[in-house]
Amino acid sequence: MSAFDVGAALPRQKIDILPALTPVIVALVAAPFIGSFSTFLTLTAAGLAMGMMIFTMASGLTLVFGMMDVLNFGHGAFIALGAYVATLVFLPLASWSNADSVALNLGVFVLAVLAAALTSGALGWVFERLIVKPVYGEHLRQILATIGGSIIAEQLLYALFGPDQIPLGLPKTLQGSFVFGEAAVEKYRVVATLVGLAVFAGEMLILNRTRIGLLIRAGVENREMVEALGYRIDRLFVGVFMAGSALAGLGGAMMALYRGQVHATIGGEFLVLCFIVIIIGGLGSVGGSFVASILVALVANYAGFLAPKLALVSNILAMVVVLLWRPRGLYPVSGR
Amino acid sequence: MLLSGDPPRGRALQILIALIVAALALSPFLFPGAKALNTAAKTCVMILLVASYDVLIGYTGIVSFAHVMFFGVGAYGVGLALYGLGASWGALIAGVLIAFALSLALALAIGLFSLRVQSIFFAMVTLAVAYAFNVLASQLSWLTGGEDGRSFKVPLALQPGFKWLDHPILGVQANGKLLAYYLVFAVVVVAFLLLLRVVNSPFGRVLQAIRENPFRAEALGYRTVFHRTLATCISALGATLAGALSALWLRYVGPDTALSFSIQVDVLVMVVVGGMGSLYGAIIGAALFVFAESYLQEAMAALSHLAADARLPLAPALFHPDRWLLWLGLAFVLAVYFAPLGIIGALKPREKA
Repeated sequence: MSAFDVGAALPRQKIDILPALTPVIVALVAAPFIGSFSTFLTLTAAGLAMGMMIFTMASGLTLVFGMMDVLNFGHGAFIALGAYVATLVFLPLASWSNADSVALNLGVFVLAVLAAALTSGALGWVFERLIVKPVYGEHLRQILATIGGSIIAEQLLYALFGPDQIPLGLPKTLQGSFVFGEAAVEKYRVVATLVGLAVFAGEMLILNRTRIGLLIRAGVENREMVEALGYRIDRLFVGVFMAGSALAGLGGAMMALYRGQVHATIGGEFLVLCFIVIIIGGLGSVGGSFVASILVALVANYAGFLAPKLALVSNILAMVVVLLWRPRGLYPVSGR
Repeated sequence: MLLSGDPPRGRALQILIALIVAALALSPFLFPGAKALNTAAKTCVMILLVASYDVLIGYTGIVSFAHVMFFGVGAYGVGLALYGLGASWGALIAGVLIAFALSLALALAIGLFSLRVQSIFFAMVTLAVAYAFNVLASQLSWLTGGEDGRSFKVPLALQPGFKWLDHPILGVQANGKLLAYYLVFAVVVVAFLLLLRVVNSPFGRVLQAIRENPFRAEALGYRTVFHRTLATCISALGATLAGALSALWLRYVGPDTALSFSIQVDVLVMVVVGGMGSLYGAIIGAALFVFAESYLQEAMAALSHLAADARLPLAPALFHPDRWLLWLGLAFVLAVYFAPLGIIGALKPREKA
């Protein structure tokens, strides 16, 4: 047999399936304790929806970190920004939202989340140029600069939108629940899950099937080598940063609609959750953060039902348990 | 000797530090009134909190977001002990000791758990833990009083109603409030000198070596995980003490005054603006920040009115007194870029080549 067997496929990397199954395992373990099937279904659906929204916010953060080694503490500001932009669309178009037409209802929803994503993405460019660019490669100053940036951004949001909560109602079509027997699943949760799945599918397609995605993955693995091959990785990174901010804005808008109100504190709250998720998933791994988001949300939901006091720290406990099992997260990225 | 051979460098800095310390030492006599005394006491507490944070961020190069958690442990330790056991010195000491033990355990756990990997990992883990702790403190209302917190009585000698001299000293009532202030002041001075001793010890030098180049420090034979964890513990104890003093002074403990994330942000601003890597930066940063918090808002209110009168769009909102953190945030970012050593760095005399 020739050593240069051209026809043979490259040895495929084994896909580690066990971490991906953790949410399923958690669900199966929790099911007998919950007892009633309809409750279990409701909790699981809620957990999936929550997980998808968290994933939307966290995947941008993990890509930005994986690629440029930048931990963006300003990510929360974009989450809050997206939420506020959604109110800018929803409040003037209240008549669309209350209309009986499904098309108008969905139109205002799509318009709001798109506006949130685009605005956040555009301001992500500004943030990257002004705040992050001068401090590449220095962790300490990066953390400080992005925190400073997030303080300024949060204060500007307060100055622009006022310090009070802004109520935000769902469009008529998306209110209410689908009822399966005894189990009720809110319609919006289904929508949120679908949006999250679409984001995940889109990211996976771009990362695995396009040239840009190839470069991004290469940059995550070894930035210097990509630069040495002649690619302007800083431009690529601006793009990734904008995409990450846009995802934060999208997730923020979805979450604000889910909660029915907007306040700037949403940023800090979900930034913490995003950190937990990307630590559990493995810093820099999109697939890992997908699994971790679902895991965290399911654990929080089940714990909230079974032991409400425990639910407050369930995220931290989940993180500790996962890190004891896999110290570098569910899907560690090589080179990190 | 007292300053561990590390006096403030540069004439301007020496004068500034001396002024701040003198003002704090004589504050009850120089600036009568409850508001001024509260400002002075808050400055003292913040100096200790920021100095202990600087041991971590400035000397060791580790960013922690759980520093305020340790502050909160101290505050709740004292507060709940005095609330539950009654206003006695024994309860106070028990509270401080329990808080120390809890802080030490938490710091050890977090340090050993997350300092093995990258320091950036530590930043995220501490953020998550501090957040969870905050939620926990505001939810376990049977113990902590929840969002409302707990008001409690301090030992008799520290109560405002307690008179230990019949006649005033230099026109100031010789009451328990005065004693409480000087207790806070004295503890902060001693703790500050101790921290100065720590950072100028051989151990402190190793911390600085780790900050500059962890791999080289490790190659020289220092166990960096051990040193980092110990630095985390020392810094946590400093914060716990500051929290205990804060609760003792306020006679109240609650999530807003002891655990809120905005305190953490304030501490970051103070340490960066004052100057990282020098404990004297803590004195300047804390004094400046508390002063700005108390008096900048008035200036901004005036500016806001001016802008409103001139009918400038948006400007009144930007200068609204509640938005003072916006301007400090701006100063913070500029300091990170252009003056990494803060005010201390700006005042330092140029070293002769």
